[in-house]
Amino acid sequence: MKKAIVLYLHVHQPYRIRHYTVFDSGLNHNYFDASYQAQESNERILKKVAEKSYLPTNARLLKLLRKHPDFKISLSITGTVIEQLEKWSPDALQSFKDLCNTGQVELVAETYHHSLAFFYSRAEFEMQVDMHRRKIQEVFGQTPQVFRNTELAYNNDLAIWADRAGYKGILTEGWDPILEWRSPNFVYRPTYTNQLRLLMKNYKLSDDIAFRFGDSEWAEWPLTADKFSHWLSEDKDATNFNLFMDYETFGEHQWKESGIFDFLDHLPKEWLSNEDHTFMSVSEVIDSFEPVGQIDVSKTITWADTERDLSAWIGNAMQDNSIHALYALQDKVIGTNDLELIEDWRRLQTSDHFYYMCTKWFNDGDIHAYFSPYETPYEAYINFMNAFRDVQYRLAEKGVDV
Amino acid sequence: MLGWELPPHNSGGLGTACYQLCKALAKKDLDIEFILPYQADHGINFMNITAAHPQGVSEVIRSGIAYDSYKYIKDDGSVEWVGIYEQQRLYEEAVASIVGEKEFDIVHAHDWLTFKAALRVKRIKNCPIILHVHSIESDRAGNNPGNPLVREIEELALHMADRVIAVSRHTKNAIVKEYGVPADKIEVVHNSIEPGDLSPLDDSNAYQYLTMMKSLGYRVVVNIGRLTIQKGLPNLLYAAKTVIEHAPRTLFLIVGSGEQYYELIEQAAGLGIGDKVLFTDFQRGKTWRDAYAIGDLFVMPSVSEPFGLTPLEAIGYGTPALVSKQSGVSEVLRNCLKVDFWDINEMANQIAAVVQNDSLRDELLANSSQEYNQLSWDMASDKVESLYRSHAVGTA
Repeated sequence: MKKAIVLYLHVHQPYRIRHYTVFDSGLNHNYFDASYQAQESNERILKKVAEKSYLPTNARLLKLLRKHPDFKISLSITGTVIEQLEKWSPDALQSFKDLCNTGQVELVAETYHHSLAFFYSRAEFEMQVDMHRRKIQEVFGQTPQVFRNTELAYNNDLAIWADRAGYKGILTEGWDPILEWRSPNFVYRPTYTNQLRLLMKNYKLSDDIAFRFGDSEWAEWPLTADKFSHWLSEDKDATNFNLFMDYETFGEHQWKESGIFDFLDHLPKEWLSNEDHTFMSVSEVIDSFEPVGQIDVSKTITWADTERDLSAWIGNAMQDNSIHALYALQDKVIGTNDLELIEDWRRLQTSDHFYYMCTKWFNDGDIHAYFSPYETPYEAYINFMNAFRDVQYRLAEKGVDV
Repeated sequence: MLGWELPPHNSGGLGTACYQLCKALAKKDLDIEFILPYQADHGINFMNITAAHPQGVSEVIRSGIAYDSYKYIKDDGSVEWVGIYEQQRLYEEAVASIVGEKEFDIVHAHDWLTFKAALRVKRIKNCPIILHVHSIESDRAGNNPGNPLVREIEELALHMADRVIAVSRHTKNAIVKEYGVPADKIEVVHNSIEPGDLSPLDDSNAYQYLTMMKSLGYRVVVNIGRLTIQKGLPNLLYAAKTVIEHAPRTLFLIVGSGEQYYELIEQAAGLGIGDKVLFTDFQRGKTWRDAYAIGDLFVMPSVSEPFGLTPLEAIGYGTPALVSKQSGVSEVLRNCLKVDFWDINEMANQIAAVVQNDSLRDELLANSSQEYNQLSWDMASDKVESLYRSHAVGTA
């Protein structure tokens, strides 16, 4: 069997909360509608990312897919970004559809709102996964077979859930304390499951592209497709190289000037120049290789930060407080049957809101600061809590006891 | 009179107190010349206001709070930012250069920033000086010693003064304890409030969310002030935690900014009451007035408060008050709740009592409103005038 690169890209944009004060709570329900010029304008950011990343990257990917029938990619696209593309960049949405129409692109399941609902409410989690599946079917005509949870957050319970829900595979981080002496470059089986297969991100190779690519201080800089393919071919035993990253790596996290697009242009040709090499989508790799071992993850891991846990989202008191407060409203919000209110409550569940409240500085702080539209995590928290209070207010208006 | 600020350009209570005192004194046929470190239009006609500019400076522009740098615009158009010590020194020089031509009987100076200038005038003109203490360094430092450079100025000046005015017994005791100034040299003149001077409320409150929650049976506890160590807010949050355990429908509204802002936000979240504590940042105008008005109880938990005007303003806007015993206002206001700033259990007990009992709230308000309506600055100005007469040489 040929060795495969499994290139999986995650596409997501949240509905960022505007500068929303205590004086807005109860008066204006438009938490997500910042003025176009504001730092946290969703429309402005979406259009910028579409122009810098989605459109140019998809144009290249489409060319590469047509040129190399063995080139395959997997994508997960959240419900919140699909909606924003529909509203503000139909061209970019069409370019994703064009990719899917090649038959060489597999879409991956997840929560519609990119939430951490699995850890707070199983019912809400299942509802959001279902919403996402229906949206993907409607927009792209595919039904996802493989699941990824928000931030690749993963534990045994999630695997058991995915197994029962009928998924053939699930994705998570290839974190050393879990893998121990083993390599991420194989297919695994989660403990306590039957049919499910586990693909674990090779974070060293993935981060060479996603984080280090443009860093001229890095000893391996500049990274070429040739050099990268060579590294991979040095692992003689591996069956699959799981390169998992944010889609926005291309053109947004790594700017055009870094040469990231040239790297992408050349990677399929370089890798496929050896006839023992190929690309596979996530389902293909699961169908092609038997699991080499069992993986047991009793404590939740994620693909983020040096800790690889949820501490970037629920590691401090502000995050913990606000997420609990939000989920505590679940029954009341759902009970209203008010679709707008329920949708606003779900948009507030998007994990990014909690990420913006992160106070871990130093090494990780850099990257948090880069991704946050707010000056400080406190500002993010205050905006969020005022929006939360407005949800409370709207419940009270309907006579719900809050 | 030597002062550092006047409304509307004041950063806090100092400017308001100076303004009200002078306004009351002006009714007594006294001529007041008020020397400020900066130029501004105050719309004040009951006294002369002079800007003490250092030589070669055409304009001084205040920025933000009292201890920030000021912007000096020089005659040649160049601009310089000047720190607080240097401003204080420049003010002293400028005052020294303008008093030479002036005639006056007495110098009355407000707080340490003007004290060296007062000493300088005493040396030049050999006139009596009265130093008015609105706060001392240990107050501002939350009962810590504070800045030794400021302490040195306060200690020297208060010993050299002919007379010292303290805004409360609390402050008088602190002056005696910190600097060993003889107690009989210090006169207590409490600050006050002019009930008619509060801007009125309009018929809608800006805190829509709180208005709704109150209609659902929630009660609101308010604090307004700088979020700084002196104000004792961490203790209020600890008390809030206990109050909410007993009376879950209690919300806390914290209005203000300061170096403890982020720390307090994290503390509230850490106590698990983040959804019950609202932070608004600094407010002025309508949203400031409405914050007083929306409360069921105003709490001033200050660690050390020389006077503390905010509880009186709260009463003026219809909200009864709980104040720390370590405040000057607790010496003059009878119909309010009082607690030691460190006694978190008792603070929680009293807050819980009010938010769970509307008739207690209403009774407190009715009685404190009566007291409030009798307040004025006239008693303060009477005392100050008699001090002037006992010290001034050559007054009629």
